[in-house]
Amino acid sequence: MAAGSLTMLPDFSLSPRIDQVGVEERASCFTKRSIKKESKMNGLLLVLNMIDLTTLEGKDTDGKVKQLCYKAMHPHDAIPGLPSVAAICVYPSMVKVAKKALGDSGIKVASVATAFPSGQAPRDVKIRDTKYAVNEGADEIDMVISRGKFHAGEYNFVFDEIAAIKEACGDARLKVILETGELGTFDKVRRASDIAMHAGADFIKTSTGKIQPAATMPVTLVMLEAIRDFYYKTGKMIGMKPAGGISKSKLALHYLVMVKEVLGEDWLNNEWFRFGASSLANDVLMQIVKEKTGVYQAANYFSVD
Amino acid sequence: MGKTIINKSSLRISENGLEKKTSSKRLEVLKTYKIYIGGQFPRTESGRYYIPVNASGKKLANVCLSSRKDFRDAVVAARSAFSGWSSRAAFNRGQILYRMAEMLEGRKLQFIDELIQQDATKAKAEKEVDLAIDRLIYYAGWCDKFQQLFSSVNPVATSHFNFSVPEPTGVVSIIAPQGDSLPGLVSVIAPAIAGGNTCVVLASETKPLCAVTFAEVLNSSDLPGGVVNILTGKPSELASWFVDHMDVNATIYCEKDSITQKMIREKSALNLKRVTFYDKVNWYSGEGQSPYFIMDTQEIKTTWHPVENIAGAGGGY
Repeated sequence: MAAGSLTMLPDFSLSPRIDQVGVEERASCFTKRSIKKESKMNGLLLVLNMIDLTTLEGKDTDGKVKQLCYKAMHPHDAIPGLPSVAAICVYPSMVKVAKKALGDSGIKVASVATAFPSGQAPRDVKIRDTKYAVNEGADEIDMVISRGKFHAGEYNFVFDEIAAIKEACGDARLKVILETGELGTFDKVRRASDIAMHAGADFIKTSTGKIQPAATMPVTLVMLEAIRDFYYKTGKMIGMKPAGGISKSKLALHYLVMVKEVLGEDWLNNEWFRFGASSLANDVLMQIVKEKTGVYQAANYFSVD
Repeated sequence: MGKTIINKSSLRISENGLEKKTSSKRLEVLKTYKIYIGGQFPRTESGRYYIPVNASGKKLANVCLSSRKDFRDAVVAARSAFSGWSSRAAFNRGQILYRMAEMLEGRKLQFIDELIQQDATKAKAEKEVDLAIDRLIYYAGWCDKFQQLFSSVNPVATSHFNFSVPEPTGVVSIIAPQGDSLPGLVSVIAPAIAGGNTCVVLASETKPLCAVTFAEVLNSSDLPGGVVNILTGKPSELASWFVDHMDVNATIYCEKDSITQKMIREKSALNLKRVTFYDKVNWYSGEGQSPYFIMDTQEIKTTWHPVENIAGAGGGY
């Protein structure tokens, strides 16, 4: 829609430059808050509810996806009243299985598409990939941008591609993965964020989880600030999803502090903020049980998937 | 002016009693006694410290007063080191324990010095260090031998080859003997790791110096980080955390304190920890070493392996 509209698009080469030292300093501030007792508990429950429980492996089977869906609906039955996770994130070929397994639980099915994780495929293939996932029942599409084209300065190509995928998504929400680990600088992360949001992204997402570094707090801060500036300019809210490398509850709580202080409370729900993670859920569950029982927990009392 | 400063500093030195020769202009560089977690020497996360003193009231050092979070971190380190350590060849574990003894031998004088600071006579200190070294050698030898001694092939009525072998229990939390600094500590750590376990150890509260220096020995002796983690602090504060952590599989306590023993038994029941009390062991005698100490943190696994009844050869294995 944005692509087709007549609004003047900004010159993306003029996206704000980022002060690296300042961003890193600011991001490290968020890790120094002390969150204890009830606020910690509420934070943990919120984190659990924001997780996109993910399996993106070549060895994924129907059985593995079904098992993960069960985990999504029943994170840890020993503690009654826990929220479910936000979504299951799988490859397009697994969408149908996940959709069926989740039934009417309200948990969304997100599918990666567009030749994930490299994105090295012709546009028509990417569009077909997306449409396939949507037709199979995906509620959300996680696309990757063409980083090669981005580095070559072909911003229009990247923009048009995102717009085309957005169109192919129909009603499904579109998350745009920038793969910040391959972008190199904060300036480029900011520029890619601006391109994605103007081109119609509903969410911007840091990483595929296949490249190191994946999500870090500074890079997420840069993207959150891009979202904030975009909101002030257009009045449109965009969601944020850091993915990869967030496996500890404490770190997840730091992210929540950052979201709250950069974007405000409106973003503190799974409509607008997600964690892409596979092992974070169990750590959160262990912390929740620790808070409830006062006893440190062991991984072998929690389901693997 | 320069003269005044020198006088002041030499005065300060003699007041503390750390250096007797006031003629020396050099300030002694004192060691920071830190804890040992995952092969690193962090300070306690709590930022707290305490100052143990010897019998004549001399301050020994500023020592970390570890918190439950240090213990938690140490358990995480011990757990992640467990699969690597337990799956090493038993022979290799023996080599590493031997290497620990070599390293300890090379730093004998430092340990003797610390033991003397902690009230031992020179003769006793020398004896204690020798004992600690010999004990490491003793368990180095047992690493690849106790399994044969405690394994069995069991007669069964069906056509199965049935055998039982000891396997390491997992992560062991140990509150080291509080009455001495080195031999007790080595005598509880060595059998636990010889059998393939990893451990978190709380050193003697009143005599913690050798424990930290022993960690430096471990650090330079091919022992993978996380296999032995050493904390300093108060058993009264940490004991309950040592025994109710769900990721700890066995626990060792060496004092006679019956109230603490009862608490340990109760809390260990939570995840069925293997509990051992060494409250009557004299670590300085021959009874302070035995393969049975290894067995205290082992569990017996039995395998039923189907076999054919060949050519009517009868039952058995």
